[in-house]
Amino acid sequence: MKRLALALSLVALATLPLWVGNSYYVNIGSQILLYAIFALGLNVLVGYAGLVSLGHAGLFGIAAYAGALAINHGANHFVAIIAALAATIAAAAVFAVLALRGTGLGFVMITVAIGQIVWGVAYRWISITNGDNGVAITTRPRPFGLSLTDAPNFYWATLIVFLLAVTVIAIFSASPFGASLRGTRDQPRRMTALGYHIWLIRFLAFLFSGLWTGVAGMLFLYYNQFISPQAVALGASAEVLLMVISGGTGTLLGPIVGAALVVIMKNVASAYIERWNFVLGAIFVAIVIFMPEGIVPGLARLARWCLAKLRPQVTEVSGAAAPRPESGL
Amino acid sequence: MTRRLTRRTLLRGAAGSALAASLPLPAIAKANPIKIGLLTIKTGPLASAGIQMEQGTVLFLKDRDHTLAGRKAELVVGDTGGNPAGAKTKAQELIERDKVDLILGPLAAFELLAISDYVARQKVPLLGLAAAEDMTQRRPNPYFVRASATSAQPMHPLADYAAKDLKYKTAITVSDDFAFGYEQMGGFQRVFEDAGGRVKSKLWPPLVTPDYTPYLAQIADADAVVAGFAGANPLKFMQQYRAAGLTLPLLGGEGMADDSLLRTFGDESVGLISASPYSAEFDSPANRKFVEGMVRDTGNTPGIAAACLYINGMVVDAALNQTDGNTDDREAFIRALRAVSLTDSPRGAFHFDHFGNVVGNIFIRRCERKGDKLVNTIVKTYPDVSQFWTYDEKWFLSQPVYSRDYPAMRS
Repeated sequence: MKRLALALSLVALATLPLWVGNSYYVNIGSQILLYAIFALGLNVLVGYAGLVSLGHAGLFGIAAYAGALAINHGANHFVAIIAALAATIAAAAVFAVLALRGTGLGFVMITVAIGQIVWGVAYRWISITNGDNGVAITTRPRPFGLSLTDAPNFYWATLIVFLLAVTVIAIFSASPFGASLRGTRDQPRRMTALGYHIWLIRFLAFLFSGLWTGVAGMLFLYYNQFISPQAVALGASAEVLLMVISGGTGTLLGPIVGAALVVIMKNVASAYIERWNFVLGAIFVAIVIFMPEGIVPGLARLARWCLAKLRPQVTEVSGAAAPRPESGL
Repeated sequence: MTRRLTRRTLLRGAAGSALAASLPLPAIAKANPIKIGLLTIKTGPLASAGIQMEQGTVLFLKDRDHTLAGRKAELVVGDTGGNPAGAKTKAQELIERDKVDLILGPLAAFELLAISDYVARQKVPLLGLAAAEDMTQRRPNPYFVRASATSAQPMHPLADYAAKDLKYKTAITVSDDFAFGYEQMGGFQRVFEDAGGRVKSKLWPPLVTPDYTPYLAQIADADAVVAGFAGANPLKFMQQYRAAGLTLPLLGGEGMADDSLLRTFGDESVGLISASPYSAEFDSPANRKFVEGMVRDTGNTPGIAAACLYINGMVVDAALNQTDGNTDDREAFIRALRAVSLTDSPRGAFHFDHFGNVVGNIFIRRCERKGDKLVNTIVKTYPDVSQFWTYDEKWFLSQPVYSRDYPAMRS
């Protein structure tokens, strides 16, 4: 059942440019995928490590700016991508060393501050970043001689990166390291007593999160062929955090659903509803009220509840229906 | 909308189809409506100007009965949300999904810079409002037409007026800390200093600041203060300026005393001298009609955003009349757009230079109380002002674009 759904959705994703018709919607598809990678990257921290970062747009922007500057200084795309990811991981390491001095609110505040510093540099170091006028790049890469200029090809390239991200993050969260990371979230003291180096586990998780954030940043740069401080601002960090929380933290599917929700509301619904901000806000409020754990776990809970109603004999077997622990998906 | 079939419409239809039969090719082009895309900002801090843009466009189409050069005109509005990525997505929506023939807007420089390359690749004419200098200078886009002004275009004459008519010798500039501010103040500084004046210091409060006091404290000992704020900042600045007891004469750019904002202003703005490519007080048949229509439809005096979009509409109309309503040959259409030269528009006579930037009137206005309301009385009109002012174009372009540090301060 689960395999069938997975196969069907894979086929649907892979063939999207063929049946959706208009290249505008293909581009929306690319945006959903690249923001899903961003949200999945952030979810490593928010969901699995229990560390809420409000500065991830800073890492996202560092990748995009590093890539743009490398390309504009004559580097080829392969070198630019490597350089951008290396810069992002290095920046993530610095972020992590500073932010991991605290947890909870302290962590949030430090990440906000660091994110704002990156924004300030992007905005004010005009000789490098061109200030709020931003940096434009003129080309997209041509892997294996295949041009990514047209919408479907770019979509497929993004889809490949997206599937890679989902697979790697799924393996990561199922691995012993992923389990120990969840352990540091739920029982840090016990984990310390068991001999785990909590700080190191969180640090590595931060780097892993930063890597995927950087990948999303490069995709954003190639998609827009433009980067400016707005993409680095606090609002951008908050938006991706909303994607993670509304979709469901600590799940693999949640950030993807959250990214789709926000991108579709922002870009598609805004063409029909003038007060789309209001509608998006109302949806978030509804999610918080009816499914505080997020859309994906919330819907799973509703589905279980409905099944239980349909098949009453199941509840008869065990008097107190203990809530099943969340599975990975 | 349903339309009653009367004898007259029937006759008109018959005449139309007879005409269509005799002129098969252009008639096919005319059969489908011309689609006009508008990129504007309807949410967020820049929304007030963005909504004005839409009002100006809607009024223009209404005045022309939604028909341009014999083709029906349809408007498709995209709200960018005021950020570059949103502008890019909305531009894609307009071009790829709605298949618009041209785009009006966007408002902000960073939006324009984000979509410029893409729109040029798609060969869609773009009639922008954003003032980014390099779009018609060092990074020109062959499909771009700007009927408003570059950032510095009104500031050059303002500096000239300050130095020659007002005989000011020294000035202090204070402006929002972003590209529009830098380019405005750079333009003022160059012309003011070339005319013998001296800019003593340049202050840059952040774009979003609740309090100008630390900056006001640095203002003293100059003949005038030049302010280049935009959006809702002018009012906040002028109130705090007067509250701080400052009495130095205040000069400003096009954002400082926009006619649409005057009703929210009080006595603190009386005496403000501002330079703008538009003034609601400008007396011409086209402007009287435009202001009347805007007051009737929206209840407010129009400012530069509404006026320039209305003017963009007139430019499109004039170009379509040249191409006989044809927009399919994009090269011919953009040539026609840039060749437009109007004698009567809400901003008076104007034409375009070979970069697609406007050459036209710049008004020097003084804010005055007339009865119970404030108006911008025109005190001097500089005609045929080019983006290069009186400088040689080659020399101008060989210099860097105006920035926070250029022109350098004279010590």
